[in-house]
Amino acid sequence: MTLAHSSAPITLRPDLARIEQWVKPGSRVLDLGCGDGTLLASLRVNRQVIGAGIEIDDARVIACVKRGVNVLQQNLEEGLALFDDKQFDTVVLSQTLQSMHRTEHILREMSRVAHEGIVSFPNFGYWRYGMSILAGRMPVSGQMPYQWYNTPNIHLCTLRDFEALAGELGMRIVERATFNESREIGVLPGWRSTLAVYRFACAPAVS
Amino acid sequence: MSASSLRAGSIAAGANVVPTTADPGSVGVVTSSLLRFDQPLSLASGQVLPAYELAVETYGVLNERRDNAVLICHALNASHHVAGVSASDPKDIGWWDNMVGPGKALDTDRFFVIGINNLGSCFGSTGPASINPASGLPWGAAFPVLTVEDWVHAQARVADHYGISRFAAVMGGSLGGMQAVSWAIECPERVAHCVVIASTPRLSAQNIGFNEVARRAIITDPDFHGGDYYAHNTVPRRGLSVARMIGHITYQSDDDMAEKFGRTQRQAVGGAAEGEWNYGYDVEFEVESYLRYQGEKFSRYFDANTYLLITRALDYFDPARTCGGDLARALSAATADFLLVSFSTDWRFPPERSREMVRALLKNGRPVSYAEIDAPHGHDAFLLTDPRYHAVVAGYFDRIALALNLGERARTTGVLA
Repeated sequence: MTLAHSSAPITLRPDLARIEQWVKPGSRVLDLGCGDGTLLASLRVNRQVIGAGIEIDDARVIACVKRGVNVLQQNLEEGLALFDDKQFDTVVLSQTLQSMHRTEHILREMSRVAHEGIVSFPNFGYWRYGMSILAGRMPVSGQMPYQWYNTPNIHLCTLRDFEALAGELGMRIVERATFNESREIGVLPGWRSTLAVYRFACAPAVS
Repeated sequence: MSASSLRAGSIAAGANVVPTTADPGSVGVVTSSLLRFDQPLSLASGQVLPAYELAVETYGVLNERRDNAVLICHALNASHHVAGVSASDPKDIGWWDNMVGPGKALDTDRFFVIGINNLGSCFGSTGPASINPASGLPWGAAFPVLTVEDWVHAQARVADHYGISRFAAVMGGSLGGMQAVSWAIECPERVAHCVVIASTPRLSAQNIGFNEVARRAIITDPDFHGGDYYAHNTVPRRGLSVARMIGHITYQSDDDMAEKFGRTQRQAVGGAAEGEWNYGYDVEFEVESYLRYQGEKFSRYFDANTYLLITRALDYFDPARTCGGDLARALSAATADFLLVSFSTDWRFPPERSREMVRALLKNGRPVSYAEIDAPHGHDAFLLTDPRYHAVVAGYFDRIALALNLGERARTTGVLA
């Protein structure tokens, strides 16, 4: 028996909406840091995916269970030992990479457990952030509403930074979408976007 | 079995529940019933139990489709008295009363809940203290050793009795969790959801070690008489009491015991001045007094042979054993959705054991959710009232209710109110 699914429409953040478009119907999806399960619930209704989420926060785990999203309570920093190699079609890490201690480790783990990965993160190359630093202060914005001393964002990067690391880790980028608030940015995204979403093919499993 | 034969059958009907108005979250005053099964039961050991009885309590109403039934499996020392107030003893509250009741996490307004005293236990079901029909005397040492799988097969006839072809959920904590897992493997078509709390797919060497110490305490008690102490009108009370003391230590976390007792000295014993030692071996610390009290209380109502039998069933439980140690393969028969819950300070069945089951279930593509509750109370946390824990269970059962069109929760009582 599968749990009943609410048919109420779910409104997604722009990056999540784009992620949803990229996910193949009927595929197996792992959402790392799945929050209250919004994306997985939407993917289940709109893409008929078989999903699982990882979340550390008690209240969010409860929210997932309440909406019938399969959730596993775990700290992502501990890696993805619960999962076998290539157990999923797509693994998603939305707006979490920048707050992880072991950035390379989680990207390698994503490559291990899935065929395809999707990552979204705030773009630190946004021109206003540069202006803020030129003016002598760390940037604070809607995307990153924290002061330097209380921010969870410890590993901020630009689009090119991420692309370089992806290359080093054998992740082949196949699509990119960039946003400023809810507006998609086509021209000069490295300077003009506040949020980037990448889709990449994972390195094949090492046997 | 048809509805009419259920009502008119030779076996006693379900528990008679008289709701009280005092506590809206309680199922009220409950009476247990005894179900008798005359068809022989083949056991894992090769022995055959010619007939047996099981003590049962039920709460809530079985719906017409008979798809709202939830089976609760109990742990070592508990019974079929899961919720409510015993009709024979107003002080006897069900062992999971905080979890099961109208408006509680497992909501008896919508679900029909069954508690069964395990075969071999000592709260009404056939066990070592029952009369062996072959001899006319208590079974004692002759009572067959049972496994968790034997329990499941014995309990399946209770489901037949109520005309339940498939449980909405089978749920248990600790040893009860092992039974729930075993249900999902042995009778996959009869379990829609499997809720496994503070449990393990097998005992560790340390777990078996503790069980063995407990058993040796019982068996070496001179009053044990090789298990046939009934004939001697005696009970291995000292051994059983020590066994329970050991158990109690393993149910609690180090921090929890430190918090409850610390090194606090027992006042007014032995005649020593306050703050002084008695320089003797009688109770000196609060923790000793507590453990002795718990042990002695337990030894007055629990059967020593049952303690041996249940701890051995725990030792033997290892569904992966026949699959070359491959737990995923052992669980491959299961078709249920799973919810697992563990507690961070449970060192008896630590979170790692639950994660092992989660991993195996994921490997099999089973839908599984897993909550790891950061709670200070050790293994015993599964019986306590952590609101996060109860919210997870409530949320899960609400989804089951939704899928079965059992309606919305009409009220919220108890821990989550």
